[in-house]
Amino acid sequence: MSIWIAIIITGLINYLTRLGSVLLIKPQKLNNTLKTVLNYVPSAVFPAIIFPAVFLNDYGLLVEFNDPKVIATIIAFFTGILSKNLTLTIFTGLISYWIILFF
Amino acid sequence: MLTKLQNFVRGFIDVIPLLIPVVPFGIIFGAIGIELGFGPYVTYATSIIIFSGASQIVFFQLLSAGASSLVAITSSSVISTRHLLYGAVVNQYLGNLSIYWKLGLSYILTDQAFAVSNEYFKKNKNEKFKHYYLLGSGITLWIVWQLTTIIGILLGSIVPEELGLTFTIPLTFLALLINYFRKIDHLIVIIISGILSIIFYDAPFKSYIIFSSLVSLLIAYLIVKMRKKKI
Repeated sequence: MSIWIAIIITGLINYLTRLGSVLLIKPQKLNNTLKTVLNYVPSAVFPAIIFPAVFLNDYGLLVEFNDPKVIATIIAFFTGILSKNLTLTIFTGLISYWIILFF
Repeated sequence: MLTKLQNFVRGFIDVIPLLIPVVPFGIIFGAIGIELGFGPYVTYATSIIIFSGASQIVFFQLLSAGASSLVAITSSSVISTRHLLYGAVVNQYLGNLSIYWKLGLSYILTDQAFAVSNEYFKKNKNEKFKHYYLLGSGITLWIVWQLTTIIGILLGSIVPEELGLTFTIPLTFLALLINYFRKIDHLIVIIISGILSIIFYDAPFKSYIIFSSLVSLLIAYLIVKMRKKKI
């Protein structure tokens, strides 16, 4: 298969995943329970992006608890809880990661 | 009532902090495409046609490791399935838009655009032009992703790997979730999803994201049901 065809198929499927539920689901037809469950979508999806990126290394193995990423994530977490500031949370995490890495 | 432009500008402003990981990731992606030998046109085409960083990286990594096109397509697509959930959420607010709006907004419904728009829509249900918020945040991300891919293609790995800037990806998602950690029901869902994603990380076709998401949504469903019974 030519790489161009593969890219176009992947792009189309990717687009359909974004469009699919927008076209197929009629909001009026969702019952209240399901609407409430949809509030949990960020809490259900984002951890599956966060956890492997923090707790696994490049080879997919668990890192130690004193790994720079783990410590920086914990610092960022408490910064976020206390400050409620998105940008500050990201920067505190990144800067503490650099401090642990380079000093 | 905010005007179309005001909604658009708010989307633009709110998404700016989320560009922190997008900029280095876009550059790294462009550079990786060239390093793996895909050439500038193919590398850039994925940013327009697929327009999803995680899917694009996996697509290239698998192909360059010798996987068949079918495996690359399947894995990239399975990673994208999380968008089905995003679509279901925003659709509650955008159900009345014309088909053209839906076709257009779907293309720019990325993780980051979803994250900010979901919060905005919850608080501004009655804004008539709230879809311009998603347009503003989505287009901003799109432009930055295109530009940074091109920078990476042209200039190569100008982002030193030692800086570990890809770490800003989990940091950003953590920051986006931070208010949910305060609520016990959300905390349970977060922890279950996170642990499942670690346990099933090696599942075929990178299915750990959608699998962990769906199982923890099922837990959320049970929590909602139990609470209703109590009331």
